[in-house]
Parts: sequence; C-alpha cells; structure tokens
Amino acid sequence: MKMKFGVPPSGGFSEDASATSTVSHARKASRDLKAPGGSRLKAELRSVFRGSFSHGIHPAENKQFTAGKAIRRLPFPERLVLPLSMHAGKPSVPLVRKGQEVVRGEPIARADGFVSVPLHAPASGVISEIRLMPTARGPRTLSLILDVYAGDPQEVGYGAPADVGALSPDEIVTAVQNTGLVGLGGAAFPTHVKMKVPEGSQIDTILINGCECEPFLTTDHRLMLEQAADLVEGTRILMRAMGAKRGIIATEDNKLDAVDAIRKVLKPNDTVSAMAVETKYPQGAEKMLIKSVLNREVPGGTFPSAVGVGVFNVATTAQMGQLMPMQRGVIERVVTVTGPGVQRPGNFMVPIGTPIRWLLETCGFSGSARHLIMGGPMMGGTVSSLDVPITKGCGGLLVLSEHQLTTEAQMRRYPCISCAACVKACPMHLNPCELGRLAYKGQYETMAESYHLNDCFECGSCSYVCPAAIPLVQYFRIAKSSNREKAAKAS
Amino acid sequence: MSEPAVQLKTSPHLRDAHPVDKIMRHVVYALMPICLFSIYQFGLSVLALIICCTLVCVGTEDLFCRLNHRPSTAGDWSAVITGILLALILPPSFPLWMAAVASFVSIAVGKLFFGGLGFNVFNPALVGRAFAQAAFTVPITTWTPAMVQVRFKEFIPSTFTFPFASPPDLRPWMDGLPIDGFTGATPLALMKFDHIDTEAAELFVGTVAGSAGETSSLLILLCGCYLAFRKMLNWKIVASVLGSAALFSLVFWLKSPELYPTPLFTLTSGGLMLGAVFMATDMVSSPVTPLGIVLYGVLIGVVTVMIRLFGGLNEGVMYAILLANAATPLLNDLTQPRIYGATRKPRRKEAKA
Repeated sequence: MKMKFGVPPSGGFSEDASATSTVSHARKASRDLKAPGGSRLKAELRSVFRGSFSHGIHPAENKQFTAGKAIRRLPFPERLVLPLSMHAGKPSVPLVRKGQEVVRGEPIARADGFVSVPLHAPASGVISEIRLMPTARGPRTLSLILDVYAGDPQEVGYGAPADVGALSPDEIVTAVQNTGLVGLGGAAFPTHVKMKVPEGSQIDTILINGCECEPFLTTDHRLMLEQAADLVEGTRILMRAMGAKRGIIATEDNKLDAVDAIRKVLKPNDTVSAMAVETKYPQGAEKMLIKSVLNREVPGGTFPSAVGVGVFNVATTAQMGQLMPMQRGVIERVVTVTGPGVQRPGNFMVPIGTPIRWLLETCGFSGSARHLIMGGPMMGGTVSSLDVPITKGCGGLLVLSEHQLTTEAQMRRYPCISCAACVKACPMHLNPCELGRLAYKGQYETMAESYHLNDCFECGSCSYVCPAAIPLVQYFRIAKSSNREKAAKAS
Repeated sequence: MSEPAVQLKTSPHLRDAHPVDKIMRHVVYALMPICLFSIYQFGLSVLALIICCTLVCVGTEDLFCRLNHRPSTAGDWSAVITGILLALILPPSFPLWMAAVASFVSIAVGKLFFGGLGFNVFNPALVGRAFAQAAFTVPITTWTPAMVQVRFKEFIPSTFTFPFASPPDLRPWMDGLPIDGFTGATPLALMKFDHIDTEAAELFVGTVAGSAGETSSLLILLCGCYLAFRKMLNWKIVASVLGSAALFSLVFWLKSPELYPTPLFTLTSGGLMLGAVFMATDMVSSPVTPLGIVLYGVLIGVVTVMIRLFGGLNEGVMYAILLANAATPLLNDLTQPRIYGATRKPRRKEAKA
C-alpha cells in the first residue's frame, strides 16, 4: 500500500530562531560525527539494507485517508475541558479562580513538584467552572472549564523571546517543564523528566521517533513535512540538554518524503540527521527503534539512557523547537481524525481540551462511542463517552465502520493450537503462547518470574496474529495488574 | 447516549489472522490431491477407507460434544483432517470395521480425552494408527499391489470384512490378478529384509505398494508447498525432519553402501514424506519456540532412520513422531527464546531455577 503525495512547503514558525541560536553549537559538534548524505538515491539504496528489529507484524497501513492532507486549523469550540491530570505524575494545581478571564497561552495551573507539568490556557475566555469531569482514561478528574470568547483571533498573547542557546542543561530542563510538554506520542509522560540524565549515564545519541507505526495515524508524518525546522531545532535543544553528540530523526520508509523534508532544513555536515527504517509494527516502540537504528538492546527493566540514548517523539520535539524560543506553553496539538466512519477525515491543529464530540461532528461523524478509538487501532483505547476532551497525549481519533466492528465481534474463539504465530510476532521475543496458557490457568506469578511478563509492552502483535482469536494482550494486562495488586498488598 | 450499554473493547482493535477453522480447511484442501492419487492408485477400497475414517472421526467428535453438553466442535475441520490422515496411513486393504475402530480411538483417546483441539499431546491420527498396529497386527502389514487393473471395478476382498471377524487371506485374490512378481512387501521391507532396491523414480512418483497415501513423495511435497506458501504449515519442521533423516542415513550409506539405503531412498520411501509434511507439522503437538521446532524435527528424522536401520520394524516414522510429540513440552521448556535486552547471566540463572 504505497502512497504518493507531494511535499508541501515547510510551515515552521521558528525557522529564524533555529538558524541563529544553535549554529555555533552545531558546528562544534559536527567535527566528531558524520551525518549521512541527503540524496534520494542514497536513501533508496539504504532502504535495501535498512536496519530493523526482528519479528513484528505488517498491518495494513491505511494512512491514505489523511496522509496527503495538510494540517488545518479549525474554529475554536465554544467550550474547552481541561483536566488537571492529563499527564503522568502529580496533577497540576490551578492558578485561576472561577470566573477569571484568561488569555490564550497564559499559565492557568502550575506544576506540583518535579514529576508534574503546568497547564496553559488554550484559548482566550473565562474559566466558568472547576469541577470533576469524565476523561478518556476512565475516572472523573478535576477539570477547568473554559468558555471561549467567540471572537478569539487564535493568536497567542503570551510569551517572551528567550535565547535558548544561552541556557545551561539544567536551565533547559526547567524551561521545558514550564512549557508543560509531555510525551505527545501518547504516553503523556513529562518530557523534562526524561531529559534529566540519570547519574552515571552518558547520552551519546538523541533519537527522534517519527515512525508512527500505528495504522491510520498521520500526525507525525504531517509534522515532519510541515514543521521540519521546528523539529530540527527541538532536536538540537534536546542534544544540548542531554549532552548528546548526535541527533537522529528516524521514520519508517513509507514516509521517505518526510526524510527529504527534514534533510532540506539540515546544514551540510550537520550533527542532526534523518533516516528511514523498515515499515513494520511496532517500529515506533522506543526499544525497537533503538535496536533498528543503533543496534543496541535496552536491558529489561531499564530505560534507554542505560544504552546512552534519549528517545523523544516527533510531535514533542517539534513543539519544543517551536515553544522554547518564545517561552510559551503547550496549548494545542495535531490530531488525526480518520477511519471509514468519518466523512471528512484530516489532520487538525486543535486546542487542548476540545471535546471529542465537537471535533468528530466537524469531520462528519454520525456514529456512537462504540465506533470510536482514541489513538491507533493497535494500542488505542475505547472511550465511554464522546464528551471527553482531547488531551495532550491524544494524537488520533479513529472511527471504525459498523462492518469492521461486526467482523471483529464475530471472530470465533478457539483454544490455543500452539501455531506459534504469536512467538514469531512478538517484538520482545517473549513466548506469548506459553504466557497465554499460564494466564488461562491463572498462574500470573509464574508468568512474571519465568516468562518475562513484565517485559511485555502490550503492543498487541500477538493478539493481532492469533488464529484462535485469543485476547492475549488483555490476559497479560490482567496478569500484570493482578501481580501489582499482590505486590502492593505484600508491602 | 442512546446506546443500551457501554461497550468497551480492548486493543488491538484490528486483527489479521487465518481463523483456526480456515487453516484446518486448507489442510483438508491440501490433502485432497493425495487422496485422489491414492484412489487412482489403489481403487475403490481406498475411497471407502477415506470416507469411513472421516465419517467416524467427525461422528465421534460430535458424539462426545453431545455427551458433554457442549457446543459441537465437529465443524472446525480438525476431525476431518484426522480422519483423512488416518486413512492415508493405513494399508489399502485394511478392513473398514477395523478402520472405524481406529478412527474412534484416534479422536476419543488421542484427542478428546485430553480436552479436545489444542490440548492433545499426540497427533490423533498417529494414536489411531499405533492402536491399529497393536490390535490388528496382520491386516496392517498386509500390502496389496498398486495399479491393479480391476481396482475401479471391485473392492479388495478384505475391505468388507464382517465386524469383529478376521479378514480373509488375500493370497488367492492376488494370485488371480494379472501381475507378476508381487511379493506382498513394501519397498522398505524389500530393502530391509532382502536388500532389494526400488527405483528412485518409482518411489518419487509413488507407483509402489504401501499405505494408501504415503507412496507419492512428489505429490506430498507439492501439497506441502501450497500450505507453506499460505503460511499454514511450518516449513522449518519439514526441512529439519527431512534434512536430519537424509544426513543421518548418509553417514551409514557412506560407511557401507551395500548394506544401507541411500539418503534419497530414505526420504522417498515409506511414510517419511507424509509424516514430515502432514503429521510432524501438526501445530498442536509440535513445539512453538524457534529452536524447539528444529530440535523436534531432528529428533523425528534421527529416530526414524534409527528404527528403520536397526529396529525390528522396517518403518519408524509413526513412533518417531509420537516420541517427538511426547518430548514437545520438554523441548518448549528448554528452548525458551532469548528475549530482547536479555543479558547472558540472568538467563543461566533461570535455566538453573
């Protein structure tokens, strides 16, 4: 399923900043490392020998719905719902009162400690309420309700230019925390926490993850095409903050146009480079990408910093490159609305807190929450209500057709026939077949002790290929949470 | 929300796999050419044998599901495979009532006693064959010649033996046939006991005496290729069985060519090809780990050759596969894959524990 589309003009907002602030640094570092050349032919040739992790699956990409559609802005919805806990870590603490007027970009909640981030007003308006609201994750969360002024010109009225090049690594980490950045790829883990290099580790490579291996989603693809300059700028900031000598922006080889777009904004002999890896799921899992690009394996139970790598998502990095020079906060993100269930799919820049229902109706959707998946089809979750908001970690809304739902529901369950399809699919080289059998018997502790249950990152490859339609990943989730509960009780 | 209830599904929301019944159905398709060739070769008796075995297998599966008050699993095609395979590894002259008993044992003892599809330790068809080997010693070693002229006009006399009666002696019937020099032995038996070699081409195409469906190595390989191409069969098992058998017999052949058969003879004679392609590859009773799969294949190949060359029997594929089936849980356990990011030390620790 190869797609063809032209490269639209790069739409970066902070090209000037990237050119001036980091040029001296880049020159210094370029002596140590050679960046790969930028010709198309070379990229094609390299694709033959393209590195990749072993195992994995090749689901239909289905990116044709939105891959060719440039990121569009929409009018603001009348009302935004801003949960104080849309990131991993402690919830933010509100800085505003009920009835207070806020301007687009203004901080409205502060971070509570190091593993927490502030929140900024995505639009100008009035805080009409502070109360518990449903979220996609399930529990009702304390949220700020923002009634948006109808005439908001969508201009950011907050922020001041800063010289990022003059900041020390620690100052950069603090500045990143102030932007409220979290992993925009879905994890929503505070970015600045990841940027803090652990004692005793040395980071040599910053890996920017633009794989977007989930079928249907195209936000990272569009960002690489349209905000390449911001992306490279963000990469440079990350490299400096973590002391890395090179930055590699990696994407799958179904997005070679993105590689070209990035290479256009790179300098000759740049320390930042762009490359393509094989299109395969789950290439975008950080452990898999590290293996594919650098041929290093992250030991079980440790983080990429253990092998000298820092991995960041393309959307996170592009936002960093865009926000840092102006000291602004995260107030919007790109969301792919796609799938056979929407009439006008596309990639949209929407303010954080936009209710899902509003966004879906704008795209021509007339189904129910049943059809909706938040995120990609492999790892995304369902939502209980259409009234939950877009949060920082949500990069896609996928609406499946009635037909897909019924086919899925009609798949007959069989006992495991030990066909070993899951063993061949598991990117972590676990034995899902044996794990599934143990889960069936409820031997959750054996799964963790002898069969590496905790190394499973729930990519779903095993369930995807299972001819007996056994919900393996779900079994593993249950086993993990049961083990966690037991451990919590014991301690 | 007008939905009656909240429906929450868990990821992944898409799947792409051949369902179990589809895999099984395609194995049946792949067996069809072998059945047809077998019928062409041995005539009406084999047709009756295949139908009889299949019906009894499916019937047994259905019956046990009814007795257990469970939804019938007879529709998943796995019992059909067992029936056809069992018929193909019995001699063409095998009495139908005995075949029916063997079929019942296959499904009941070989599969359902363990818990049905997915839980059986041994290949059900081979359990039935092993039972027949023990219970019906004479009929299971009575071979009839292939390509008899009257094969489409009349049944082999022993086919319709009255239940619980011994089959009639086939000598008078075979003497009446217009063929010369048939000794009532398979190429393997000729080789083992009389050191008479059979033409490799004949073995490859399959115009020799033997079990109903095991004679044509070429056809079996082609059918196996189809399944491997559809990714419904693990070619690594086939390759390791055939490869190890060939290598192992090559050693002996090089030592004393006049005493031992050539590797090519080993591969194409007897039930090795059918066993390697359709029995050893049974998903349920073979290992799942990459290394385990290879060891399993090698075990089958080596044991087969050992029984053939040094055992009291001239054919050892059945016992080799049953033995390897029994070793499968152990192989699975010993050959857990090295996981991503594992360092050598913890792995050794775990092997100890």
